Amino acid sequence: MSESNGSTATATGTATAVPVTARKDWTSDQEVRWCPGCGDYSILAAVQMLMPDLGVRRENTVFLSGIGCAARFPYYMNTYGMHSIHGRAPAIATGLATTRPDLDVWVISGDGDSLSIGGNHLIHALRRNVRLNILMFNNQIYGLTKGQYSPTSEVAKVTKSTPFGSVDTPFNPVSLALGAEATFVARTHDMDRAHMQETFRRAHQHNGAAFVEVLQNCNVFNDGAFEKITSRDVRANMLIPLQHGQPIVFGAEGEERGVVQRADGSLEIVSVAEVGLEALLVHDEKRDDPGLAFALSRLARGPYEPTPIGVFRAVERPEYGTQMSEQITAAQGKRGLGDVEALLRSGSSWTVD
Amino acid sequence: MASGTQHETEVLDQVIVRFAGDSGDGMQLTGDRFTTSSALLGNDLSTFPDFPAEIRAPAGTVNGVSAFQVHISDHDILTPGDSPNVLVAMNPAALKANIELMAKGTVLIVNSDSFEERDLTKAGYAENPLTNGSLAAYTVYEVPMTSITQEVCKEAGVKPRDAERSKNFFALGLISWMYTRPVEPTVEWIAERFGGRPLVADANTRAFRAGYDFGETAELFESNYEVRPAAFEKGEYVQVTGNQALAWGLIAGSRMAGVPLFLGSYPITPASDILHELSRRKEFGVRTFQAEDEIAGIGAALGASFGGALGVTTTSGPGLDLKSETIGLAINLELPLVIVDVQRGGPSTGLPTKTEQADLLHAMYGRHGEAPLPILAPQTPSDCFAVAIEAIRLAVKYRTPVIVLSDGYLANGAEPWRLPDLDSFAPIEPAFATEPNHVDDDGTETFWPYVRDPETLARPWAPPGLPGLEHRIGGLEKADGTGNVSYEGVNHERMVHLRRDKIAGIAADIPLVEVNDETGDAQLLLVSWGSTYAAVAAGVKRIRARGMKAAHVHLRHLHPLPANLGEVLHRYTQVLVPEVNLGQLSRILRAEYLVDAQTMSKMQGVPFRVGEIEAAITALLGGKS
Repeated sequence: MSESNGSTATATGTATAVPVTARKDWTSDQEVRWCPGCGDYSILAAVQMLMPDLGVRRENTVFLSGIGCAARFPYYMNTYGMHSIHGRAPAIATGLATTRPDLDVWVISGDGDSLSIGGNHLIHALRRNVRLNILMFNNQIYGLTKGQYSPTSEVAKVTKSTPFGSVDTPFNPVSLALGAEATFVARTHDMDRAHMQETFRRAHQHNGAAFVEVLQNCNVFNDGAFEKITSRDVRANMLIPLQHGQPIVFGAEGEERGVVQRADGSLEIVSVAEVGLEALLVHDEKRDDPGLAFALSRLARGPYEPTPIGVFRAVERPEYGTQMSEQITAAQGKRGLGDVEALLRSGSSWTVD
Repeated sequence: MASGTQHETEVLDQVIVRFAGDSGDGMQLTGDRFTTSSALLGNDLSTFPDFPAEIRAPAGTVNGVSAFQVHISDHDILTPGDSPNVLVAMNPAALKANIELMAKGTVLIVNSDSFEERDLTKAGYAENPLTNGSLAAYTVYEVPMTSITQEVCKEAGVKPRDAERSKNFFALGLISWMYTRPVEPTVEWIAERFGGRPLVADANTRAFRAGYDFGETAELFESNYEVRPAAFEKGEYVQVTGNQALAWGLIAGSRMAGVPLFLGSYPITPASDILHELSRRKEFGVRTFQAEDEIAGIGAALGASFGGALGVTTTSGPGLDLKSETIGLAINLELPLVIVDVQRGGPSTGLPTKTEQADLLHAMYGRHGEAPLPILAPQTPSDCFAVAIEAIRLAVKYRTPVIVLSDGYLANGAEPWRLPDLDSFAPIEPAFATEPNHVDDDGTETFWPYVRDPETLARPWAPPGLPGLEHRIGGLEKADGTGNVSYEGVNHERMVHLRRDKIAGIAADIPLVEVNDETGDAQLLLVSWGSTYAAVAAGVKRIRARGMKAAHVHLRHLHPLPANLGEVLHRYTQVLVPEVNLGQLSRILRAEYLVDAQTMSKMQGVPFRVGEIEAAITALLGGKS
């Protein structure tokens, strides 16, 4: 462990080639204990199968979580990991990622963990732009506590804690992340491994806080919450894939629809045949102003209207831990490495003989 | 300076001066500077800044009064003193708020310019105390501080309203003359401190010199005084506050351990100065993180510890409440972490700027489940340095969160400190895990995160980065050894016992208490902890000087307690525990040792006075106080 620059990068640097690994190398020996049929299984598989492709080392990878069904994820990854306390994973991960810039830190969370009890930590990790990959599994329900409504549940949700229907307006996680100055915001879903992996890969490559909402089915307490948009038969017409530099278009062949921007700036879904491809909004994930990404996040009022997926926003902004390290390096360049004896004498000292 | 031929200089062995004025009058700065001058002259000293929670309460009101008390002497002193010899009152409110502290015959120096009708009304005086005879028992000096300051600043082109702000330097100058403090070091200090604002520096210098000259030339004062240097042990000294010493101790301890310091903190009175001090010291590789809340502060610190850094969080009572859940997690994860609680009056927001010791039981028991951890408390401002290092030693060696209970009095109080020999501290060895520690039945080498050191019961600290040591830890109960999740009852009980035994075992790794019992036959034992040390030690000294006998034990380790404490307590027929709470340590002592420990309680936001301790001992010994 080095004391010179305040970071604890170990001697096992990247000088040697990253070993070739397979899914099994990233799979821990622990029995997976999610309910059979849970969407978490497919997310876990997508991640375990993606890791060998990312060119990272297991020993430099950390999965960190809070509380909830999703938060059991780290136990199933054969990496370093921590299953912490409810909502606090982004805060804990901030301390880890800033002191260990050599690590690839993944935060696994759910809608209750991230948007209810941990909402404050999430928004601050995002605005600071700490190098974290935050995967938030959104199933619009509390699963581990057996079925109470969550901050993403639709209004009028009838659950054990809301027998007369919930009355509070849900969060839109993508809107929230964009509002929190996040530099990378994306959405994917548990029914499409390839899309998940591409989205997670992009999150991993982003130098800063990456927020990914993963629409995830809880087959026990909220089964089918997303089936109107993610099931195979409707997907083509209900999911709007966002691709940087491409017109925003979706729909089965012959019935393509697309997104246009009205004169007042608002967005509208139209038939491509009627307006022509060139009239469609071209997606620009690198646009500095998050307004358009925000408007895209508001296209669907819920998971029953055509819903954009993919990367909403991916912009560059200085990464928090890097800047923290730079201040240390600059101070050391100016004042040397710090001498405790001199520190104790930094005020006036006097000697008694 | 013209030499004042008309004044005699009397030698005093000690003096207690209290500066009091509006929150905006700069009383803390004035007191602090007087303290530094005295330190540089070689006096022993102890200070007590006493200020309101409001940054600027309505000017001129009693609520807005800020005071700074300093005790200087030519001999070893422990406290800022019970009752001032001199009160400098910048306005009627300052006089009103502090007059109760003043014994008859002491000196009041008042700024007579601020005793107009409306000043008196704001302070709640029906009539002018300077003229109605109510101060007849005191020696009162009325000095037109504001007008003289304005007069001398006029020549420098400073407007009267701006010049008025320099009147605290006039007071400093006058008191500096009165106690024969040298002029030049303060003039140089003003130039440095206000260097960026030449007009302000000039006004302050003029006001300071005018105050000094006033003492010299006005025929008000019969004499001035000298307090000679104290007979200090040989060595190099600095003046230090508790928060400063604590911050430095954290830096020194992290260096000794060879692990970088990470502070996760949220601003809170009276702990924020530790955050400020550490934020300035980036050359030591210190990372400071001003978090979004108290929970994130400790969370980030714990994350840093997981990564192999030394995680520290600093707070006060309300913040400690919020950190409880994360402390429990750290106990379960068995990772090093230092939690500094600079105690203040509670409950809730309580008395943010006033001292108290009422978080001891919270530190002991303020978590769900069986969740023990070591607790330390510094005894003086400078002791915060050594206690911070000790906290790091225990946290690292035993892989545990450690709570340090400082308090508002130690945090802001200053004293001279003989710089320690850094090599005299016990080494701190992080002993990171470097290789697998278990062989499976099939011969595969693996890493078990909860295999324990047989002596310390500590588990391995294995930050990410080493291949073959990948492991998962968490807040769920773990199986002994493997660290895998386990809900099995017998395993849980074993883990509860292991966590308890690990902390209890620290008793063998800390010093035994030393009993201060001069003759060895005292019947009464006083037990102090934290900042009550000073008043108790001074009180015991006083009653001994009067021919009475009392023994004194001071505790720096509150949990676990030193191994010989029970035997020591049972040696005495009476045990008295003065605490700035309702009796938290005495409750622990009674529970732990079945000893009839009596509580002496005070909860007024200020430390015990020596006289109060003296009176309590005298009463218990059947004498007259």
